[in-house]
Amino acid sequence: MRAISLIQLFSALVFSPLMLGVINRTKAWFAGRRGQPLLQAYFDLYKLLAKGAVYSRTTTWVFRAGPVIGLAAVLVAMPLVPLGGAPAPLAFAGDFILLVYLLGLMRFFTVAAALDTGSSFEAMGASREVTFSALAEPALLLGLAVVARQTGSLSLSGMYAGMAMETWRQAGPVSALVAAAFMVVLLAENARVPVDDPNTHLELTMIHEVMVLDHGGPDLAFILYAAALKLWVFSALLVGLVLPLRTGHAWLDVASALGGIFAVAVAVGVVESSMARLRLLRVPQLLVGAGALVALALILTLR
Amino acid sequence: MTVLLLAVAILVFSGLAALLATASPRAATTLGAGGAVVACAMGLIAAVPFLFGAPAESLHLAWSVPYGSFFVEVDALAAFFLLPIFVLSALAAVYGAQYLLTWRGRKSLGAAWLFYNLLVASMVLVVLAHNGVLFLLAWETMALSSYFLVTFEDEQDTVRHAGWTYLVASHLGTAFLLVLFVLLGRGGSLDFDHFSSANAGALFLLALVGFGTKAGFMPLHVWLPEAHPAAPSHVSALMSGVMIKMGIYGLLRTLTFLGPPPPWWGRLLIAIGLTSGVFGVLLALAQHDLKRLLAYHSVENIGIIALGLGVGLLGVSGGSSALIVLGFGGALLHVLNHALFKGLLFLGAGSVLHGAGTREIDHLGGLAKRMPWTATTFLVGAVAISGLPPLNGFVSEFLIYLGAVNGVTQHAPGAVPLLATIAGLALIGGLATACFTKAFGVVFLGQPRSEHAAHAHEAGAAMRWPMALLAAGCVLIGFCAPLALRPLAGMLHLVSGLAPPVISEQLAGAAGPLRFLVAGSVVFLALVAALAWLRHRLLAGRTVAQSVTWDCGYAQPSARMQYTASSFAQPLMTLFAPLLRTRRTLAAPEGYFPRAASLTTATPDAARVALYEPAFSGVAWVLARLRWLQHGRIQLYVLYIALTLLVLLVWKLG
Repeated sequence: MRAISLIQLFSALVFSPLMLGVINRTKAWFAGRRGQPLLQAYFDLYKLLAKGAVYSRTTTWVFRAGPVIGLAAVLVAMPLVPLGGAPAPLAFAGDFILLVYLLGLMRFFTVAAALDTGSSFEAMGASREVTFSALAEPALLLGLAVVARQTGSLSLSGMYAGMAMETWRQAGPVSALVAAAFMVVLLAENARVPVDDPNTHLELTMIHEVMVLDHGGPDLAFILYAAALKLWVFSALLVGLVLPLRTGHAWLDVASALGGIFAVAVAVGVVESSMARLRLLRVPQLLVGAGALVALALILTLR
Repeated sequence: MTVLLLAVAILVFSGLAALLATASPRAATTLGAGGAVVACAMGLIAAVPFLFGAPAESLHLAWSVPYGSFFVEVDALAAFFLLPIFVLSALAAVYGAQYLLTWRGRKSLGAAWLFYNLLVASMVLVVLAHNGVLFLLAWETMALSSYFLVTFEDEQDTVRHAGWTYLVASHLGTAFLLVLFVLLGRGGSLDFDHFSSANAGALFLLALVGFGTKAGFMPLHVWLPEAHPAAPSHVSALMSGVMIKMGIYGLLRTLTFLGPPPPWWGRLLIAIGLTSGVFGVLLALAQHDLKRLLAYHSVENIGIIALGLGVGLLGVSGGSSALIVLGFGGALLHVLNHALFKGLLFLGAGSVLHGAGTREIDHLGGLAKRMPWTATTFLVGAVAISGLPPLNGFVSEFLIYLGAVNGVTQHAPGAVPLLATIAGLALIGGLATACFTKAFGVVFLGQPRSEHAAHAHEAGAAMRWPMALLAAGCVLIGFCAPLALRPLAGMLHLVSGLAPPVISEQLAGAAGPLRFLVAGSVVFLALVAALAWLRHRLLAGRTVAQSVTWDCGYAQPSARMQYTASSFAQPLMTLFAPLLRTRRTLAAPEGYFPRAASLTTATPDAARVALYEPAFSGVAWVLARLRWLQHGRIQLYVLYIALTLLVLLVWKLG
């Protein structure tokens, strides 16, 4: 395992909450506010870890296990994600399937914990979460299968190492379509506008925030951190596709990819500032649209 | 071989003994369940060596039945299917011993055990039989004994109806198999080693319909969601877990007779797999009855198995050994895995029915507190059937995925069906997660929605242990995934005709990623333990308070305000409404002080409503035209007989 692979992993573990800060700063800039400190997410995590907890009498061990299993699942997924053409610490044939299914495991237990409270409010969020994810998952896996076909590799590291600026010149439309689909999946899976709004806690229209309404203290810290890591995973997958810089210096490539990840955070902030959230009935259309983009990319690769 | 036949004999005789002892329910249960457990243990010990390379053994005895011979053989393929039969039958028998005692005095438990043991014995014989007549005989015994088990509670109208549907569907399937065997045996012998494979395409289609009816391929599945919920739960577990896999076994065995497959066989199986998988899980989502939901999930899982078989067949016709090994390997492993987790889930549903008295999901809730064993094991089954790591369901789905992706990257011919497989598996996986968070969440979590659920009680020890063992099996296969590949080698050789060294090489190649999966699973468990410990340390010494669920300031929250299974599934139901045609009856609340309001939804099976009901009423209409033949006058009937004999005589002489 090379040093550069470990650096990637550590930067993900350390800098992922910073993405939330960048997103919030971007939104504040658009709104003409000064906004939260860039490190607010870290402060929040620290504060929550230092708190006690309140549990509903309705809940069972499933409620307490939800955040732990969710964070453990996404932590196992982290070493599979490559950045900047350098291989990830772990790579094997079919690792992207494991990645997607680990996120599925995280979702299963987040949803189960939400249902454990017996609150119809949280169950509503849970119901929407499973609905939208069921539509986002095929788009994501098919998109990754397209990348696998283009690069002839079965592992994420091999697939993303095989991407280069040259790929854009040869098969630009394919990459563009898959990248657009990945952006939609990123926004949907990470509870961002136009699918969900991370700022609203108490509206009848939200998804992720409402599922974790009853969690507090260290449990909520686990959830927040897991969400930041998940955002990092999707951003890394998107950056590797959009910005496959290959300068010949591995460190420079990784640095550019790190820059790319924060550019994704800025982009998410721009989307959140410039768009309203879609009506819930429209969200499936957006996700099926992402699937259609990937299908189109497939047809292009099948020629 | 001798031991296996001895096990069959023990099953039959212990069943008969249970029938004779039916006056005493305890004695009948001991004889029936005890015989089943002993026979299964013996059979398991005898069958396992054949999975690890022991040469096939056979026994060929003459038989006076025309074309029949008592020809039985146990090879790797047979041994692999014997494994889930013996394991699940034994555990379900232990469970059933306690479960059936509820009906003590009201029903003949002796008869129930006779049919249970006959069902197990006939499944064993189906797998061993190497003669067409013997096979069909065992197949019919299997269908009839399970029919009598399905109609165990025959005082209920729905149960009788379900049994009738099952009987008709089963015999329609057998009719196709009869034709299949007649055509295969054109060489003059119905022994499996003398079959001719001319017209392989037509034979394949016959096998697909005949065996597909038993397996539950859509749209041949209509009997399945009727019959499985009607049977007592341990029988549902056996039927869903193992009996429908006899259809998969039959299909695989037939493939070994038919020679090299053209590409359309693989494409057709993938199309069937996608239809069964997606519609199966969607219809499962729409159900309110826990056992019916599980039955539809069997259709979904049979779809996943068909996808794997399709990938494997595409590999055979395209000459790609990776596709063969990963596709067939994944499908076969899924046969075993599905037996474990579906058996577990049906037993769990049985405990819920036993403890809470209803299987209506919307009347349950909060059972995790009253039935902790059942809840925990059901959760294991739910995660496994959703195909999530680190459990066994993920391993087999991973192999099928890997096969499909392999084919896609190698630019093998048939990329479109393979890509459809990937998209289909992803969609099925997402929907299965939705369905099982619903089933587990609404039944076991939250607050009880009815008096039944509030006073539920945990199942007894004899019912808990089989569930715990099956859950342990799900975990074990998940964590020993690379080892689970080894028993597949002999069978893959039989099914695909690939040379053993190539298979071992490919299996070794597939074991690589699986080792990583296991490593990931171990790290995952370690992380869960570490994080749980961290949380425990952080909370130690701080205030950890108990309160009510946050209720948005509402003054009078009640358990009835919780989300129900129907409300949880509603967004997906709306999305797929054109495919599902759910019927909604709404009595909306009216006025400023509304009194009563109600909403009823029902999702009838589209295949049943649109396909079978018109077809069968058409048949009934045509047959009604012939009713003039039958008017009860003996003289006329004698005349019919005489005329028939005359016609036959003329035909023979002329």
